[in-house]
Amino acid sequence: MQRLDYLRETPSQTAGPYVHIGLAPGAAGFDIYDEELGRDIAGPNALGECIRVEGLVIDGTGSPIKDVMLEAWQANAAGHYAHPESKGTVEDGFRGWGRVITDFETGEWGFDTIKPGPVPGRNGTVQAPHINLWIVARGINIGLNTRAYFDDEADANAKDPVLNLIEWEIRRPTLIARRSDRDGKPVYRFDIRIQGDNETVFFDI
Amino acid sequence: MTGPAEYFQRDRNRHPAAYTPGYKTSVARSPRLPLISLEQTRSEITGPVFGHGDLGELDHDLIRNYAKDGDPIGERIIVHGRVLDENARPVPNTLIEIWQANAGGRYRHKKDTYLAPVDPNFGGCGRTLSDENGNYFFRTVKPGAYPWRNYVNSWRPAHIHLSVFGSAFSQRLITQLYFEGDPLIPLCPIIQTLPDQDAVGQLTAKLDMNATIPLDSIAYRFDIVLRGRRSTMFENRLEGN
Repeated sequence: MQRLDYLRETPSQTAGPYVHIGLAPGAAGFDIYDEELGRDIAGPNALGECIRVEGLVIDGTGSPIKDVMLEAWQANAAGHYAHPESKGTVEDGFRGWGRVITDFETGEWGFDTIKPGPVPGRNGTVQAPHINLWIVARGINIGLNTRAYFDDEADANAKDPVLNLIEWEIRRPTLIARRSDRDGKPVYRFDIRIQGDNETVFFDI
Repeated sequence: MTGPAEYFQRDRNRHPAAYTPGYKTSVARSPRLPLISLEQTRSEITGPVFGHGDLGELDHDLIRNYAKDGDPIGERIIVHGRVLDENARPVPNTLIEIWQANAGGRYRHKKDTYLAPVDPNFGGCGRTLSDENGNYFFRTVKPGAYPWRNYVNSWRPAHIHLSVFGSAFSQRLITQLYFEGDPLIPLCPIIQTLPDQDAVGQLTAKLDMNATIPLDSIAYRFDIVLRGRRSTMFENRLEGN
């Protein structure tokens, strides 16, 4: 019999408790790089609405997880990703990617960015504005993928092909960030529940 | 069918399950409901792009990138290999970041309280880009084993944490590199989350005498495989697969 000669993907292992050393050394307590990557998601020239997204990552006991790292990947306000396969251009300095760690004492995380625009979906559909998130921590054996949508995009969310793919409608709100204003700036709350009541929807992408 | 070429479905049987009770921390940190499988869109087949402008000159050299008044203590090693995809094609210009304990098994982290000392000349993190053929290398010192609280007497084998990007957010991967011949490997609850010995072997770097620098540094080889990608479907014909 012939053999298929595909290689197999390198297996995942947990990021462990000291992920900060490699990916956010300033938080681990020392300076080493001239510039840590992922601090500035949108850059200085991005058009669109400046927003903040923040929340907790909560474990199965209801406790905040205090050693999480999250990565965000998003389009700009026009719906373009900073990637050669995304049609359209992005503003100079817009990378659309960032990383943030949770506070060691409170478990709160937050990042500043611009609100992304709608992004083309499959087969001519349109995806509602969303930020793709990837979550790693001690005890998480393989990174968890989810998406943060925005509660002030109700019409777009109602038509979003990914939200509509979630058979249990009761679970869809776990992917909707809730807007409020703080000192005139929009802040979206997006708590992520790893396990238990209102468990956040995670995707196999 | 038109649209962007997709990445192969991730073989979840190649990876640890989320819930692995032998690794106790995973118990409360693992989803109980199934992942929702997504057909990829532009959101999944794109990902951040990095360049040499993002990196400093010594970022890949952990022997020098935090040295204050001399070299760090420890066994000098080179870790090198290729980043490939499941089609065995090189993955060029991709960001690889590493972090590790020092030769005594102590991390430079304000939350690490292990009694082994911090090395004043060792930071423990590095980063590099694979070259146009997918090759990469780091120079560092071999990390030490250290105890941790899983069972009362649990020890991590020597390991280096690796973070790799690929070119799509769906290829994003964090893993750990172990060293050939380490007797702690079969005892480790985190390694025991892996589904089989083949997976353990893929995470075990091999001594590479041919890449060793005589009278200077021992070399280990560690290839990294990221998810592969379909060829573009064009007029219902598979191209190149």
